[in-house]
Amino acid sequence: MASQMRAHPWMANSAPGVLEAMLAEIGAKSVAEVFEQVPQDHFRKAPLDLPPALTSEVELRRDLVTKLKKNQDCEANLSFLGAGVWQHHVPAIVDEIVGRTEFATNVWGSYQSDHGRNQAWFEFSSQLGALLNLDVVQLPVYSWGCAIGHAMRMSARMTGRAKVLVPALSDPERLSVIRTYCQPREMEGAIEVVTVAADPTSGRLDIGDLKAKLGDDVAAVYFENPAYLGTIETGAAEIARLARADGAETIVGVDPASLGVLTAPGDYGADIVTGPVQPLGVHMHCGGGAGGFIASRDEERYVRAYNGFLVSVVETQEPGQLGFGLACAHQNSYGMRENGNDWTGNSTYLWAIAGAVYMSLLGPEGFRELGTLIVSRARYAAKLLGEVPGVRVVWPDTTFKEFVVNFDGTGKTVAEVNDALRAKGIFGGKDISGEDNGLGQSALYCVTEIHTAADIRRLADTLREVL
Amino acid sequence: MTRLPEFRAAKWDEPVVMEMGRPGGRGQHFPAPEPEVTEAVGAALIPAAMARQDRPELPEITEFEAQRHYLHLSQMTLGMMGVSLFGTCTMKYNSKTAEFATLRPELAEVHPYQHPDTLQGVLEIMHDFDGILRSLSGMDQFIFQAGGGADAAYTMACVARAYWQDRGMLGQRTEMVTSMQAHPCNPATAAAAGFKVVNLPLEENGYPSLEALKAAVSEKTALIMINNPDDMGIYNPEIKEWVKAAKEVGALCFYDHANFNGVMGKLSARELGFDACMFMLHKTFGAPKAGGGPAVGAFGCTDDLAAYLPTPVVVKSGGRYLLDEDRPKSAGKVREFWGNVPQVVKAYAWARAMGAEGIQLGSDISVVANNYMDKRLGEIPGLARSNPQVGQHRMEMTRWSLGPLAEETGVGTVDFANRMADYGIDPWWMSHEPWIVAEPFTPEAGELWSKEDIDLWIDVVAKICEEARSDPDMVKSAPHNQPIAQVKGDAFEDPAKWAMTWRAWKRKRAGSDAARGAA
Ligand SMILES: Cc1ncc(COP(=O)(O)O)c(C=O)c1O
Repeated sequence: MASQMRAHPWMANSAPGVLEAMLAEIGAKSVAEVFEQVPQDHFRKAPLDLPPALTSEVELRRDLVTKLKKNQDCEANLSFLGAGVWQHHVPAIVDEIVGRTEFATNVWGSYQSDHGRNQAWFEFSSQLGALLNLDVVQLPVYSWGCAIGHAMRMSARMTGRAKVLVPALSDPERLSVIRTYCQPREMEGAIEVVTVAADPTSGRLDIGDLKAKLGDDVAAVYFENPAYLGTIETGAAEIARLARADGAETIVGVDPASLGVLTAPGDYGADIVTGPVQPLGVHMHCGGGAGGFIASRDEERYVRAYNGFLVSVVETQEPGQLGFGLACAHQNSYGMRENGNDWTGNSTYLWAIAGAVYMSLLGPEGFRELGTLIVSRARYAAKLLGEVPGVRVVWPDTTFKEFVVNFDGTGKTVAEVNDALRAKGIFGGKDISGEDNGLGQSALYCVTEIHTAADIRRLADTLREVL
Repeated sequence: MTRLPEFRAAKWDEPVVMEMGRPGGRGQHFPAPEPEVTEAVGAALIPAAMARQDRPELPEITEFEAQRHYLHLSQMTLGMMGVSLFGTCTMKYNSKTAEFATLRPELAEVHPYQHPDTLQGVLEIMHDFDGILRSLSGMDQFIFQAGGGADAAYTMACVARAYWQDRGMLGQRTEMVTSMQAHPCNPATAAAAGFKVVNLPLEENGYPSLEALKAAVSEKTALIMINNPDDMGIYNPEIKEWVKAAKEVGALCFYDHANFNGVMGKLSARELGFDACMFMLHKTFGAPKAGGGPAVGAFGCTDDLAAYLPTPVVVKSGGRYLLDEDRPKSAGKVREFWGNVPQVVKAYAWARAMGAEGIQLGSDISVVANNYMDKRLGEIPGLARSNPQVGQHRMEMTRWSLGPLAEETGVGTVDFANRMADYGIDPWWMSHEPWIVAEPFTPEAGELWSKEDIDLWIDVVAKICEEARSDPDMVKSAPHNQPIAQVKGDAFEDPAKWAMTWRAWKRKRAGSDAARGAA
């Protein structure tokens, strides 16, 4: 037992003699004695086979950085990838605040000792509520897809119905998560996921098909604005009206980066709103920046259906002072185990703090400028790409920051085009040719505030060169 | 008793950000679109039906004001910068070396849909870490998609669904069996996945009996989900027989290995017979919890179950790392993308920095330190160890009860937790629901904290016990040294008062002001 190791920098009690001193105090002769509950034949037989220890910071850093440098990133390259993770500008202050050890800590926290964090959480919900024009915002769940899944399950609990309608042109990544949450048909409590066709001329939801599929067995209609393939859903209010007429909930997915220029979903009849938190000041982190919010009107039947953490502002015992705590805490799985609403646990709450800082920095004018800049440059990109021989932009002039580019006319596959672009330091749009959308060899391009007009011309010029 | 250091939390009287700023104030500019852009596409690009008319009611503050405000909020957050022996959560040092590595553009500015050729570094780390977890558990494949421990439990439930569906038996295998002391996420995720939950009651010795398990499992059982040791620090010595009994009826066996710290390097889930297990990287493996994520529940299973895993799975083939999406029997995704990748890198860094010997020593220290703590807590009048019949040394944490002190003084575990914050000590973890001992608390020493830290923590507990006797009202009205006083909790359950946003707060306050005015 007496280790020959040097005291480990992360373990105070690995210093010589400490373990022995504690053993002496508890009257145990050996470490083995404190493991007396574990039967001898439970201890593992296979020896541990781990790579050599890197106990020095200098070696550890070298190992991590050497490996990570084998990656190519979107700063050294020019990337047009989006589809659920988008390259946006992250203000330096956001990085500073989310890096504060009080926030990026190992502790889960408590309401008594972590007042500042609780306030930051409330400020996330409050500012997002102002963008959405909705009164209730839950702390984010694991991802946007998970947020949609929970929202659908909320709607099923609220309506007692077991069918949801989703756009046929949904993101397969999110749709896979949605199907997981809605369960296989064999399961008790399964929710049937039915797709609604897209209008092939605009990419928007086909209202005729929606009407045909709506009925008194539908718990919710889900659509996104902007949609997965970038199109702005101008029929949003009409969809919400039709859903309401049949007693179904309207669940909308929105990109918060669009809300300085797009109508707030609370204003066109959305009942439950979901969306990604990553655009609000979180790096892409190879997909590890994901997080999803859920919001709704402040009606008790909605509030009682949430699965996670709802932070409420309240008065304290000191007159005039405000504090924060969890509302309706008993209805989640911590309070009611299998009888709670779905489940909750460690989630993505650090990104709520990132979002709070980000939204406070932008303010109303920042969001307006951001939205204007994105839509302008994205349309510019669509226009320039559409002028490249053989390249066609599907649904031009209908999109926000993403748009579909078709390469059928070039005789090349998206994979071939992207290989050629990559060799020139450009990451082309996401290949959606295998996605059962009837769009042929198409890619989903994403343009944000980080792409300059010159970047966009470089893309168009390079495409001309390689096609 | 040693002299307790004096503590006073920062108090900034910080307004809610929604009240700050001035009309027209700016914290961040974006450039106008370039002239050639505007010339090419024009303005008014949003269809009229969708163009936002109102101005979102956001604060209008400067960059410095945002920085200062959120720095003040961080300063009003203890964040375990005192001593936190928060049980069931395994407090660790979170390496800044690892944190800074993940903030480099080579990871922070990487997109998961990049071509695998451009992702070889991060894939190598994930692959190597998979190998480390395989060695620690005996499992054949790990994935990192789950966004926390609970999400890994959910992954298990989904994998079990796919497994039984593949056999055409989903209609028959409808039940999940667990202990009533299992973490709530096990029954909750199984239920959310559509299984009926069977909770086994606890016996005197702290865990459900083998007979009860045998009676509960049947050809209806899809899976069992169990953690061991449990949150009371009790190890179920019959776990091998449990697994055997469950397998005899064909059920899958999932080991919730969240309480791994005391047995790291000592137990192998596979050798105990389990089909799958999960590790919490934000707990045992030194990645931050960050007050509730981003987190990772690493889910590992045997080759028999690997076909049902959510995709993508990181694989190595001919010296190259790839993302395997081609799993026709996959249960489907539980979350988009491959997981919280920076946390995986941090966990890899932790495992490398500890090494096999360090990991072994870490579990030795956690269990010895917990028993040291137990011994000292046992000397404080008013505290009682749960399950007094279990005389053996507990594992890495112990469930305690403040019941005797509460009976004597009226000061309960919630009051106590409030008061702890006044000493710069993070309030203790009490217990998951249901509370099976009166006024519970659950400390866990782990390998981070020094003996001096543990002594300080215990001295604070002893001191508050004294205060509970000499001045119970002072304890019950705590905190007194924190930025705010106790909140008026009745609002949390009252639709007329709760306010999850500033909008709601203003509306409800205006409503109650109007009501007062009218009265
Ligand atoms: C035994 C056990 N299982 C599961 C979990 C759930 O983990 P998470 O909060 O990451 O979802 C925990 C949380 O600490 C736990 O202690």
